[in-house]
Formats: sequence, structure tokens, C-alpha cells
Amino acid sequence: MPQSEASQPLLRARGVRKVFPGTVALDGVDFSLRAGEVHALLGENGAGKSTLIKCLTGAYRRDDGDILLNGEIIDPKGTIDAQGYGIGTVYQEVNLLPNLTVAENLSLGHQPTRFGMISTRAMNARAREVLSQYGLDIDVGRSLSSYSVAVQQVIAIARAVTLSGKVLILDEPTASLDSHEVEMLFDVIRSLKQRGLGIVFISHFLDQIFTISDRITVLRNGRLVGTEATRDIDRVALVNMMLGRELEQEVRSHGKTHAGPGEARLAFTGFGRKGRIEPFDLTIQAGEVVGVAGLLGSGRTETAEVLFGVAAHDSGEARRGDGTVLRLTSPREAIAAGFGFCPEDRKTDGVIADLTVRENIALALQARIGWMRRIPDREQKAMANDYIRKLDIRTPDAEKPVGLLSGGNQQKVMLARWLVTNPSFLILDEPTRGIDVGAHAEIIRLIEELCAQGMSLLVISSELDELVAYSHRVLVVRDRRHVAELSGGEITTDNMVRAIAAPEKEAVA
Amino acid sequence: MNGLVLFSRRIWPQLLTLAVIVGLISVMFPGFFDISIANGRLYGSPIDILNRGAPVALLAIGMTLVIATRGIDLSVGAVMAICGAVSAWGITEGYGLFPTLAMALSAGLACGLWNGVLVALLGIQPIVATLILMVAGRGIAQLITEGAILTFNHEGLIFFGSGSVWAIPTPVIIGVLTGAIVTLIVRRSALGMLIEAIGINLRASTLAGVNTRVLLIAVYMTSGFCAALAGIIAAADIRGADANNAGLWLELDAILAVVVGGTSLLGGRFSLIASLIGALIIQAVNTGILLSGFPPEFNLIIKAVIILIILVLQSPTMRTVLVFFSSDKAAGIDSEKQKETVAP
Repeated sequence: MPQSEASQPLLRARGVRKVFPGTVALDGVDFSLRAGEVHALLGENGAGKSTLIKCLTGAYRRDDGDILLNGEIIDPKGTIDAQGYGIGTVYQEVNLLPNLTVAENLSLGHQPTRFGMISTRAMNARAREVLSQYGLDIDVGRSLSSYSVAVQQVIAIARAVTLSGKVLILDEPTASLDSHEVEMLFDVIRSLKQRGLGIVFISHFLDQIFTISDRITVLRNGRLVGTEATRDIDRVALVNMMLGRELEQEVRSHGKTHAGPGEARLAFTGFGRKGRIEPFDLTIQAGEVVGVAGLLGSGRTETAEVLFGVAAHDSGEARRGDGTVLRLTSPREAIAAGFGFCPEDRKTDGVIADLTVRENIALALQARIGWMRRIPDREQKAMANDYIRKLDIRTPDAEKPVGLLSGGNQQKVMLARWLVTNPSFLILDEPTRGIDVGAHAEIIRLIEELCAQGMSLLVISSELDELVAYSHRVLVVRDRRHVAELSGGEITTDNMVRAIAAPEKEAVA
Repeated sequence: MNGLVLFSRRIWPQLLTLAVIVGLISVMFPGFFDISIANGRLYGSPIDILNRGAPVALLAIGMTLVIATRGIDLSVGAVMAICGAVSAWGITEGYGLFPTLAMALSAGLACGLWNGVLVALLGIQPIVATLILMVAGRGIAQLITEGAILTFNHEGLIFFGSGSVWAIPTPVIIGVLTGAIVTLIVRRSALGMLIEAIGINLRASTLAGVNTRVLLIAVYMTSGFCAALAGIIAAADIRGADANNAGLWLELDAILAVVVGGTSLLGGRFSLIASLIGALIIQAVNTGILLSGFPPEFNLIIKAVIILIILVLQSPTMRTVLVFFSSDKAAGIDSEKQKETVAP
């Protein structure tokens, strides 16, 4: 590390910009990687981590900005081209061929040949030699799939390093490893660091980032928040960079403390599911917005999924305000109980892209009524036009396939789908992610309106400012547990950041 | 009105293709359109196409729904054999016509239930799940017929293969009625939209509260039911159940009919009418080859070539090529326009 202090960066991105229809995914981002360092890249979903990586490796064409390798401008046309420059990438899901042998995977595309035939012996010998550098002594003639994910991960790294050798990008390599395997992977990373490689490490586990990285770069909403040396920053400051407001915090005393203890609409006791979210207690009143704050993978989406029956709870029970027990083991039951859920990933879990705006809006209501009683076209159209107007959905008409709309408008269609079912409890998972500023404000206003009409909402967001703006209470989730509940004047981004970051401290309030 | 315009636009290419093929046949075989009535039944090549095409058309009805859910049902040919065998067995055992029909149709529904459970509850890929019954089905049919061709002479059952109502052959009537009923059920209720939703995005549909498992099972059962109807017709037509050959390879014709009908194998939007026209196109090609007097050994190859031409003309790549060459490039963006250019 010391030798890298003054030297010019190995890999540098200068003002990289990438625009997708409807969103700016990267907005003038700078990034530099030194030889012999592990540089962590941090940010929430949609912050631009993967987009940056893909621009660096040429998988995406960037719209603006330069990429410099050893001070010279390069323009990789794709991942293979990037490999030629010395930039290798290993993804979370190992993209090797599981049914080939370890040796074949290592040398695929570069097999040693003898008289035009692949020489298995030479290939295996070479594979053994390569892997021994990584402390792996395994039978390279066995198929890749017979080894654990951790070993496969190391093999993928070995292949990437052999083919490229200057820069190694690790995209969430530890996501499916246990702690022992993570240690093994870190040993490999450390030894590569000593060999002078520059390593980009993407992960959302803060502990791991503090253990392995030398510097940290944080992205947020496609912008660079900052780059800091790991030893100069603590967890609170880091979470603040990821979620909080960079400016000085005004302590917000907000007038949203509930007008007296309203009647409880729903009460969940000991609700949870093993491996997803530890059992929690939660009471929600009519006309109340409960915010959920936490980092990616902390259990915030899992909370929503357990409540909505996507992943059925295996402990605890749910009751209505009047004491009747609710069955919530599938989305259908949750919907019957008056719930609605806008999932985080609109594309895969939310809209039905090829169906029209009208059909998407009618879908949940139609599913609840049953297939026999079709909502007449006229009513569907009236319903759709009503919400197109109310929510200001920008579409030429209700018969447009929803996949052609922008992210913000798709989100509004999702909201409309639930609003026509007239739910009493609406769960919104990251309702404002990846949508433009205008739509953003409209959705926040809508949340406030719905709650004023007496609907109860649970809103998950990584925008802590937003949570401050509309939540009556905020749950803080960490390590798949509900660790704190803030209400009234306690709801400040500072308090949330502290509760999210604190590894030992329990409730902050 | 708008719906009618959209609808006619949707089936335009298929109708045109059918017209071109019928036109070609009538050029090569001038007597093609001669239709006569004998013994109170219509005869003639067009009637023959409808009559012979009925089993594939029936299979295509069920197959369209299955494919719309992003599935596929390879077992329909074998299910035809099973249901044909059941009906031959039932009638020769003296169960009477209606109990026999009920048994055969129930067998089809049971086969569909099996496929549906494998796909919807166990999450097995449709192509693998239905392959099981495709292979095992003929074995089951052989068990029922005890390895022989089980013949029968029951007039009531034979009626379904070679009888006629108001001079129209029974298979045609069954095909048209089934098509009409299924279309009505699917489009008058919300089933059509829910099936399309499942095919486009299963997970999102489940999260929106669509009862995806039940619907998937129902769709495979519909396919089994249609295969049972086709199986009864096929058995009644030859007055016997041939476990080895009844419905052989017809699953492929049915899939082809759906594809020619323009429903994507990736699921989603579907049109039953277009699939039915697709089935007629395939049968017209079959009949046309026979009529035109080519040596029979060329039949399969000619059929393959014709189908290939149809599919190439319908392919998205070809569309862009044709748009490129068409004179009004600006207007060519409208995809429906392109289809019109494509079909001939």
C-alpha cells in the first residue's frame, strides 16, 4: 500500500455520464483506483454502482466522460476488450460453466493445444499451478459444480486475474458466502493486493468493507458523494454518506405526531420468518405512515414480504383492530384482508409490461373479484382514465402497453392498481427509486394525501429525508431485525443513521 | 368498433396466408372448389380440409392457452391416444355412448391435471413436465387396448368421426363449437387477461393477487380436454383405437398452428381465432400437396419448406428488412402495415 500513495491511479474514470430513457444513471462520476489497493464501491440499489462498473468494462456505452488506464485514455468496447486492457470482472453469480471441469473453466478460450488437439494434461497442470497461488489444492479434473460457491468464486477470480491481471472488479462476491468462506476470499484478495492489482470491491456488508478496503467511494442516485480513506471514516459517517443528507441536519420537529392515540388498525405480534426477518411486533393505526429505514439487505424488503404473505410468516399472528385474526400466508389472502403492495423491483415484480395501462390498473381488482365476473371494458376504461388524471400518469391513452412508460409513470400505474382496490393498508417498497424529480415529489404528496384520507401506509425508503417528511413513526432495520422505533420529534436523519450504523448500541431513542 | 378493427388487423396475415395457399392449390388443381352433397353430407376438398383439420384445430385451442401462459404441452398427441383408447374400450365393454364419452373426456382432464400439477405446483419446466406424459401416454394407451388395435362398430361413437349434422361433418362442428365456446369463456370473462398476465410476468401476477396456480392447472386441463375431443374424433374416424399411431406428431402440428397464428412462444397475448386459421393453413398445405399429385415421398419436405417460408415472412427480422425496402419508410413504422406487406 505505501508505494501507491503518490503514484498515479491505475484506473481512472473522469466525469462518466450514462443516461437511460427517463433517468440519469450516472451523472459526471469520478473514480480512481490505485495499484495495490482494495477500493470499495458503495451505494443503495440504483445508486449507479453496476452502471459505473459496466461503463468501466465497456458493457455499456457511456454517454460522456473518459476512462484512463495508467494515465492513457482507453475505450473498451466490451468485457472481452476490457480483459485485453487488463480489467477483469467477477460477478455475484459465478458466470462460469458448471458442467465443465475446473481446469477447462480456467483455460476456456485459451486451451493449450498439441497438434490442434486440446492437451488435457497440460491444461490440468497449468490449472493446478494457477490455483496453488490461491492456496487451493483441489482436483482440477472434477466439474466446477462439485465445488462450493466460495471455491467457484476463487476459481472465477483466478480466471479473471490470469486473463487480465491489472484490475479486478468484484461485484458482490460475498453475497452468498458464509463467514468462514468470506475469510478465505479475503485472504485471496489480500494476496492479490500484494501482487499489485487494483481491486474494486462491491458489497453492501459494512463490516466486510471496513475489514478489507483501503478506500471507499460512495455513490448515490447516480452521483458521486465522496471518496474517503477507510481508516478516516466511521460507520455513522459512512451511512450518512449513503443515506443521509450531506448538509447540516436541522432537527425537524414535525407536526405529524398522531392526533392522540388513534385506534389500532392492524397489530402484528411476534411476526417473522426464519432466515428472512426476526419476529417483530408492529401496530399500525388508521391514517398513519410508518417508515422503514435500513440498508440494502438489512431486512426491510423482507419485512414487507412477510407482511404481504409473499414469504409466508412462520411465527406470530396478525389481528385487526377489532381483534379478529387475519390469515396472511399468500398475497391473495393479504389482498383479501385489504392490503396492497408496490414492490421494489417494478420491472420483475410489479408491472405486466405487455399489458395495457388499463389492464395493469384493473389487474389486482379483477383478481380479487375473480375471473368469472369480468369488469366491463367501459368500467375498466373509466377507472383507468380516472387514475391517469388523478395521478397525472403521462401516457397517450389507457391502451398503451405499460412497459413503454417511464419508471415514474409505471410506479403511478402500480399505485393506481392498488388504489382501485381501495386498500386499508398499503405497503410501498422504495416508491421513489429510479424516477425523475418531478414524479418523485408527486408520489410523496400522494403518500401524504392517502394518509390524510385515513389509509395506513408502510413505506420503505433509502431516502431518509423522505421518511422524515412523511412518517409518523420510523422502524429501523438492521441485520434482519427491527432494532429501533422512532416517533415524533425523534425522527431525524441523524437518529436514523445512528440506529442503522450502530453495531452494538440497541435502540437509539 | 375499435376492437373490431384491432381484431381484423390481428388476423389479417393469417387470413391472407390461407387465401394464398388455397389460391395456389386451386391453380394446380382446378377442381378444388367443387363441392357436392352425397348421403346428406357435404363432400369436396375445402370440406376435407376443414374435416381433416379439426383434430389439430382442437389441439391448437388448448395449446394456444398453454402457450399464452409461457408453457407448452407436448403430451397432447399421447393424450389423444389415451382418450381414443378409453372410448374404444368403453364402447366395446358395453358402457353405452354417454358414459364412454364421459370417461374419455375425464381421462383427458385427468391428463391435463397431471401436467398442471407438475408445472404449477412442483414448478417443473412445462416442456419437461409434459414430455413425461408424451412418452408414457402411449404406453398407458397400449395398456388400455392391451397392445392391439381395439376396433368397434358402435354407430353412435362412429358419428363423431364420420357423421354429419345439416350436411356438415361432425368433427368440423365440434371444432367450431369448441373454438367458439372457449373464445367466449376466455374473452367474456377475465380469464383471457389473467392468462396473458401470467404468461408475461408470473411473479408480478402472483403479487397482484392472481391465483396463478389454479389458472395454470385449469389451462393444462383445458388442453387435456381438447386433446380428448380430438382423440375421440380420431378413434371414431378409423373405428378403432390405435395406441401407437393415433395423434402421432400432432402435438407438433398444434404448436405450429399456434405459432403460424402469431402467438409468441414467449407467452402473453394470444388469439384463438388466429390459431384456428393456423391449423387450417397447415391442413391446407397437407391436402394441397396430396391433391397436386407430387410423389408422396416429397410431402413432408414440401410441407416443411412451406411452413419455413410462412415463418420467415412473419419473423421480426424479415419485417425490418421489408420495411427497409418498402417505398414509404416513414409510414412503415406501423407494424401492422408491415404484416400486410409481408403476408403475400
